[in-house]
Amino acid sequence: MAYSDKVIDHFINPRNVGSMDKNAANVGTGVVGAPECGDVMKLQIQVGDDGTIVDAKFKTFGCGSAIASSSLATEWLKGKTIDEAHTLKNTDIARELSLPPVKVHCSVLAEDAVIAAINDYKRKNGLLDDARDASGAETTAGKVQGE
Amino acid sequence: MALDKPIYLDHNATTPVDARVLEAMLPYLTTDFGNAASVNHAYGERAKAAVSRAREQIAELVGAEAKSIVWTSGATESDNLAVKGVAEMYREKGNHIITCKTEHKAVLDTCKHLAERGCTVTFLDPDEFGRVSAEQVADAITDETILITLMAANNEIGTLHPIAEIGALAKSRGVIFHTDATQAVGKIPIDLDAMGIDLLSLSAHKFYGPKGVGCLVVRRKGPRVRLALQMHGGGHEGGMRSGTLNVPGIVGLGAAAEICRREMPTEAPRIQALRDRLHQGIEGQLKYVKLNGHPTERLPNTLNLSFAYVEGESLMLKMPRVAVSTASACTSESLEPSFVLRAIGVPDDLAHGSIRFSLGRTTTDDQIDVVIEQVLQAVNDLREMSPLYEMVEEGIDPATVKWTEH
Repeated sequence: MAYSDKVIDHFINPRNVGSMDKNAANVGTGVVGAPECGDVMKLQIQVGDDGTIVDAKFKTFGCGSAIASSSLATEWLKGKTIDEAHTLKNTDIARELSLPPVKVHCSVLAEDAVIAAINDYKRKNGLLDDARDASGAETTAGKVQGE
Repeated sequence: MALDKPIYLDHNATTPVDARVLEAMLPYLTTDFGNAASVNHAYGERAKAAVSRAREQIAELVGAEAKSIVWTSGATESDNLAVKGVAEMYREKGNHIITCKTEHKAVLDTCKHLAERGCTVTFLDPDEFGRVSAEQVADAITDETILITLMAANNEIGTLHPIAEIGALAKSRGVIFHTDATQAVGKIPIDLDAMGIDLLSLSAHKFYGPKGVGCLVVRRKGPRVRLALQMHGGGHEGGMRSGTLNVPGIVGLGAAAEICRREMPTEAPRIQALRDRLHQGIEGQLKYVKLNGHPTERLPNTLNLSFAYVEGESLMLKMPRVAVSTASACTSESLEPSFVLRAIGVPDDLAHGSIRFSLGRTTTDDQIDVVIEQVLQAVNDLREMSPLYEMVEEGIDPATVKWTEH
């Protein structure tokens, strides 16, 4: 697979690899994907009192572009409010990383992971009142966390 | 090998042309450039003599008669000629073909093509190691069976079918037996007569010859196998395959065959020892590693391993100094993992984390040390960033989690 320099950079030097306490009230966790499909992303955000994302971490099982997509997403999330973060689009990730067409689904997965993490944070903090937030990605994260 | 060049452990994909092979070929590209069919002058005669010598060299390696060699462009063409040629020629006798789900696409897709045109094809299920038994084949034979086509060795996992037993069975039941021996030739002993093989496909570039040349060995007696020709034209190769012979390629194939025959007794054990050291070096220092393929009935150079909780493409990216291949879907356009690993029951998540190491003549002791080190480092690094590995470390089996397919 011929990857762009940006994908290789994020793959070789992934930003923000790690885990936060998924039980903490100020941490939102999203886990999306499936092992048999070849990619699983866990993305976590830590939200400050003012609603700004102060830290983001990820762990990803997947190909080079899946790892790069989640690494880039965590980089972008820091310093954003959760509402701003909610507007993150997979197409932005795909464009920034120049993903080949067959790898665009990796950026979709990263977007799903971000939404799932935000929804998890909102649910924990009683902020989940919008019906649109009850997306499939959120359900996935809920199931995994229920383990 | 220069430092910037990766260590090549992908010999089942292709091999470099041996320097001795290249030397044998060169005159036939320049000074002795004649057409082997130009029998009325010295140029043609020299080319024809070189082709005859190559026939003997390859025939000796696979235990066949020199006259039974039909030159082709490679194993894909040989497989097509064998399978379609038999199906068309023996149509009146029957229309049933027996093969296996782990065959190379050159055989599988040819069989599927024939199935769309009135043939009945049985695709046997291999066992968990990738083998079919002679009993399985016997049970599948009907009055309509005209062809059994089973590879000698699998390209992805290296598993060897019991070719001699199946050959004897085919003979006793009067069914033609074709084997795609592309991966076996040059790596393990193959003997057409002793193994009861009627048709055998091979390709030069898998055993240190040039790309674009191969042959189909067609048994001439006991029984004499006839084929419906697939390439019409000047009637070369006894009418079985028209087209001007690729003389330099054929000379290279012959030279490569002779080197393999001479060196196999020392080379195969050397490569197997390196392969086993690689396996032990990895398995002894890493958890959750699974061998794909048969533990013993396997090519001496092939090692296919699944590394749980990491994905194959990222594993290869993590090892830029090692050239290997993966059955992970993420390197394919289809996003489907290997059909071979599926057929032997490897779960998709493990298939995604599989790497095939195939060693060869260029592989050295020092290289194996470097590769072991690189694999350990890469797998450990990726597991550190794997949410699945994290679950396992926390005592959660990812297999018990309800995932959403996407």
